[in-house]
Amino acid sequence: MTGWVGARLPRKEDPALLTGAARFIDDMAPVPGIAHVALLRSPYAHARIRSVDTTAALAMEGVIGIVTGAELAEGLRPLASALRAPMTYYPMAVDIARYVGEPVALVAAADRYLAEDALEAIMVDYEPLPAVADPASAIGDDAPRVHDRMDGNLVHQRHFRYGDPEAAFAKADETVSLSWRYPRQSCTPMETCGAIAHFESHPDRYTIWSNFQGPYILHGLMSGALAVDGNRLRLISAPSSGGSFGNKQAMFPHMVMLAAASRLLGVPLKWIEDRLENLQAGSCASDRADAISGAFAADGTLLGLRYDNLMNAGAYVRAPEPASLYRMHAASNGCYRVRDIAVDNRVAVTNLPPVGLNRGYGGPQFYYGLERLMDSAGRRIGLDPLEMRRRNIIPADAFPYEAPAGATYDAGDYESVLDLVAERADYPALLERREAARADGKLFGIGMAMGVEPSGSNMAYVTLAQTPEERAKAGGRSGGPGSATVSFDPSGAVTVRTVSTPAGQGHATVAAQIVADRLGLHPDDITVNTQADTFTSDWSLASGNYANRFSSVVVDAIALASDRIAGRLKRIAGDMLEVAADDIELSDGRARIVGVPDQGLPIRRVAARAHWHPLGLPEGEPAMLSETTVVSPDVLDSPDEQDRVGSAVTFGMVCDLAAVEIDRATGRATVQSYISVHDCGTILNPLVAEGQVFGGFAHGFGAAFLEELTYDEGGNFLSGSFADYLCPTAPDMPTIETAEVTTPSPRNAVGSKGMGDGSAMLTPAAIANAVADALGRDDIEIPLTLNRLWQLAQS
Amino acid sequence: MKPPRFSYARPETLEEALALLSDGEANVLAGGMSLAAMLNMRLAAPELVIDINRLPDCDTITADGDAVHTPCLVRQADALKDASVPLFALALPHVGHMQTRNRGTLCGSVAHADPSAEVPLCLTALGGQVELASRNGTRRVAAEEFFEGLLSTVREPDEMVTALIWPKAETGTGHGFAEIAQRRGDFALAAVAAWARLDGDIVEVGFALGGVEDRPRLFRPGASGMPATESTARELATAAVAELDAMSDHQANAAFRRHLGVEMATRALCDAFAGATP
Repeated sequence: MTGWVGARLPRKEDPALLTGAARFIDDMAPVPGIAHVALLRSPYAHARIRSVDTTAALAMEGVIGIVTGAELAEGLRPLASALRAPMTYYPMAVDIARYVGEPVALVAAADRYLAEDALEAIMVDYEPLPAVADPASAIGDDAPRVHDRMDGNLVHQRHFRYGDPEAAFAKADETVSLSWRYPRQSCTPMETCGAIAHFESHPDRYTIWSNFQGPYILHGLMSGALAVDGNRLRLISAPSSGGSFGNKQAMFPHMVMLAAASRLLGVPLKWIEDRLENLQAGSCASDRADAISGAFAADGTLLGLRYDNLMNAGAYVRAPEPASLYRMHAASNGCYRVRDIAVDNRVAVTNLPPVGLNRGYGGPQFYYGLERLMDSAGRRIGLDPLEMRRRNIIPADAFPYEAPAGATYDAGDYESVLDLVAERADYPALLERREAARADGKLFGIGMAMGVEPSGSNMAYVTLAQTPEERAKAGGRSGGPGSATVSFDPSGAVTVRTVSTPAGQGHATVAAQIVADRLGLHPDDITVNTQADTFTSDWSLASGNYANRFSSVVVDAIALASDRIAGRLKRIAGDMLEVAADDIELSDGRARIVGVPDQGLPIRRVAARAHWHPLGLPEGEPAMLSETTVVSPDVLDSPDEQDRVGSAVTFGMVCDLAAVEIDRATGRATVQSYISVHDCGTILNPLVAEGQVFGGFAHGFGAAFLEELTYDEGGNFLSGSFADYLCPTAPDMPTIETAEVTTPSPRNAVGSKGMGDGSAMLTPAAIANAVADALGRDDIEIPLTLNRLWQLAQS
Repeated sequence: MKPPRFSYARPETLEEALALLSDGEANVLAGGMSLAAMLNMRLAAPELVIDINRLPDCDTITADGDAVHTPCLVRQADALKDASVPLFALALPHVGHMQTRNRGTLCGSVAHADPSAEVPLCLTALGGQVELASRNGTRRVAAEEFFEGLLSTVREPDEMVTALIWPKAETGTGHGFAEIAQRRGDFALAAVAAWARLDGDIVEVGFALGGVEDRPRLFRPGASGMPATESTARELATAAVAELDAMSDHQANAAFRRHLGVEMATRALCDAFAGATP
């Protein structure tokens, strides 16, 4: 191997992206005669739709057709939910609109302008109904019911116990409790959702081009809603994506809507979500009303944990929810040795938009509790944040470590991570700086957050939402396989196919690095196709781009497929050169005889032989040169009867330390120092890895200081534009320092762990901890806007 | 986010533009930094958009004896490079971002009348005037009387803001500008433009507060003879803010806006004191 893995290789993807040559969904016109869709969305958080009059709109220039929710639902089955509850979810409101922004009617017109003109002419007679936005209010006795066939708005409740949490709390010297609201937030990718749906008959079938990025487990929900077999619904991903952070998962109901409307109207339909739609009703992370208690010994040892989580699912529990409540569940101990844990999970429906994937997916909410608890307890006990963690982390010799709720942490050295954080932060000096600032009357605080980052999800972890008995009845579920294909074409050129649908993560670059090392080629020689096409790709439920799948699972399939190809190249070359296959090495584009570097053949020529002269191949060697590898990580087993589950393949480590100073006069907090240390195993490309840390930090920083989708008590939306929903821009970002500890993962052939979510998960907690330390109080809620910080600093 | 249908005209002369403006419901397009977004969000639905970007001789800052004139196509970025109005260099970096300042005009900002906008604030603080033209003639309105409230001014529908008139400061005048927004380039939660003349103590002082109330408010306290100190600044600031009817929204409540108004006014006045020379 020549060491492309680990090289700081500029991304293959960037020249096209930076010069405008990349093509996105909005650039595509794969079939002629596409009509453009605009959606009429409910202005009410809860209203009965008495009638929809489309007469005037249908007569308008350029209008091709209009589909109402009731018309759409006639030919559809409801979208399936992971929870069994009497709530019917269609892509459009049928009789009742349950959130502001829920689609009510679809207009197809010659262009988007005319489609939007027609929206204004559709007359809807709404009967407003009482609405509820807050999850805690929603589960109260008097709350308006979101779904009238349900008894109330509590759609899910489960209680979990690992070890003996009651005993742990009984023997605690110190019990620390926190409760807080976590805001609704969105990662707001630059490119919004978009899809082109095309219905064809004889036989009936649908093709949808989109920037959907998986998980492809949702393919079955879509074909199920459309009432066709999976092989009659073809999903094709756009060549490039302008970011997703998980958000584009949530467009699948819109894909179903467009497909069904294409059938009803007899034309292909294109819909590009605009920014107002994206903020109003796109995917967002769930807001939560959570509480946590920790039982601590006097020396700071964490003895037990008790979580009380209340998630706001929005108006419908859209698949894969309530997964965000269970993403971190198997790692409920975080990075600590604590084994006695109780978890109470509840899910409420409200008159807000349904929630979905968003960078970190449940992680930011989870760590906001656990990591704030650790710093708060430290203040109570008299130990600084670093020492609190030193006393509780899982020791390096304990890996692989089986966590109490079932996760197996593959590799780690948390002491070294803490040492490195302390060194880079110049920790003693930072503590002195805090004392000096405080002596000066300033508000200066230090906070930390540390946690594992689950990557490569078990498709079955969401079944924790069912009881063991329900799971047994439903039949077993497990796994999260990944696949990759490495092929040489007749010209001797290499193509890698991954079905990994990246949204900016640089999969093509990293895949080329892995393959180049194993085939003795240059990454520039390798073309990587990351697009998905369910008619031509090898795909399964887990395919797609989410939960750091690529660097935990897909890389393994790429490496193994490459190794198989390398073996075949060596056999063919050995035959051509009349030496044993073992005597061939692949390097610098040549198959050489080991020890005789002058003798060899271009790999291109060796590979071409499999196409041009298949009968001249050695005995038993098949024609063509293409290998597809499927890997199925064996740690991703079904949840057991004690509700333990191997939820993910790799568990990277993130440890952040923040120092902030708060201006009493304005509420302005300035980050004085920020250190982020990651252990993501083998670093495949430092440039890409740093980009993930910076980007994740930016999302976490926005979450900590700025971002909130705000609603009034009745569910009316208050932050409908980027003038109201504030994301940090480049000049707002502080400098951060990054460093890494490397413990290679044994779970894949390259030793890497996922790392795209971690900073977004830990940054909000680290910053909130620093602010809590500066203010000397625990009642900190994010976003820490100027107004909120000023008020906290006054009282 | 697509605008409703509108007609578009790009007159080559001011006369032509004013004729179009007198004809029906129209919006003037200069930099388009507010209008284009309002069109896309269908918050504005004019029959006609009059693009004035081809009007001749409107993009140059000129000065006569007493005043500096900024006609209707002077971009914020151009004004930022101009030293003839000292407040430009202090305030304009807060207007949007480099990219929007390249398009956005001073007159457009005044015509739009966002309560937290910096250009209306500075014009008000300096006692400047707005030049309005229609087919029936030209008039000048003091900035203090021009702004009526949120996105609301005394401009008649057939009138166009053709220039802003900025009085030249007397030699030795100090200027200050302070603003706080949630992020750099955001709408100000509070912003203050101030000037002062000193002879050791205060001779004359003026300042305007923006972002707190629904329009910029001018204050010309009788402070002659008071010491040019932070404590005076805070006293003047507190008295001014007490007169304001503060706005409240999900970004900042009224109490916080008032508090920030005092802070920003104190800072801007202190800077003005510091910059003044007897």
